[in-house]
Amino acid sequence: MNFLEALDMGKYALYVWGSFGVTALCMIAEPLLLRGRLGRARRRIARLNRLESNKQ
Amino acid sequence: MQNRLINWFKFSSPATFYPLARRLAPIFWAIAIVLVAIGLYMSFFVAPVDYKQGDGYRIIFIHVPASWMSMFIYLVMAGWSAIGLIFNTRLSFMMSQALAPTGALFAFISLWTGSFWGKPMWGTWWVWDARITSELILLFLYLGYMALVAAIDDRRRADRAGAILLLVGVVNIPIIYFSVKWWNTLHQGATIKMNGQTSMDETMLLTMLIMALGFWAYSIAAAMVRVQSIILEREAGSTWAQELIGERA
Repeated sequence: MNFLEALDMGKYALYVWGSFGVTALCMIAEPLLLRGRLGRARRRIARLNRLESNKQ
Repeated sequence: MQNRLINWFKFSSPATFYPLARRLAPIFWAIAIVLVAIGLYMSFFVAPVDYKQGDGYRIIFIHVPASWMSMFIYLVMAGWSAIGLIFNTRLSFMMSQALAPTGALFAFISLWTGSFWGKPMWGTWWVWDARITSELILLFLYLGYMALVAAIDDRRRADRAGAILLLVGVVNIPIIYFSVKWWNTLHQGATIKMNGQTSMDETMLLTMLIMALGFWAYSIAAAMVRVQSIILEREAGSTWAQELIGERA
């Protein structure tokens, strides 16, 4: 069985790839969003630090 | 015993848990990527075609693990909330909040893949069947919890209100799990029963378990990253957080 044959879901293609595709999208998007949020939280504290050091 | 208690409580402080979460996250991302890659390979190249459902059954390899995770994460969140209410530890509530979006994501994936499986096999995208409806309620519980926590400005009150909502909602979990037994539903019975019996081919079962472990690792990794954000957002004014970011900058 070659690679493409194994991935040929026949009449179920829409359903199988619709399921796996949306799951993949979700599970790739979530970590990216998480990374963005953590970066924002860190930058905010760095900004607060700068503001504080400017005051002194 | 005394020592043990001290060790446990040491990590209940956000300041000590933050570095631990930072170390754990990449380890669990790596485990998740490896397991899901093996699971996907087995889903398409190793697991045989089903005699009845053809290739359509392969949806099971994400549908069942996602459904398990959606229920399990809810139980873990409720557990953290109970600990938070009893011991008044802020980190416990933060852990509940860190898990909620991932739990909601898996509840959504469970419903979505279920729908894409139901159409070719039952001829319908959706039915108001006991199991499907109770899983939908689980998704709403997740969304309701997140909305409630976000809507209350006072963090301590938000934590407590959310925790109580989670604990009340636990009643839904056995309803989902046993729904296929208690009611006559269109949804099939449990694939793996509590007494260890399965109604599945061994390769298919192994594939599903590997995917489930991969989803576990993914959930832990996601929660570890999210809890870092929550800690930093809530502790932004504290000296330790400012020192920590200052050192790295």
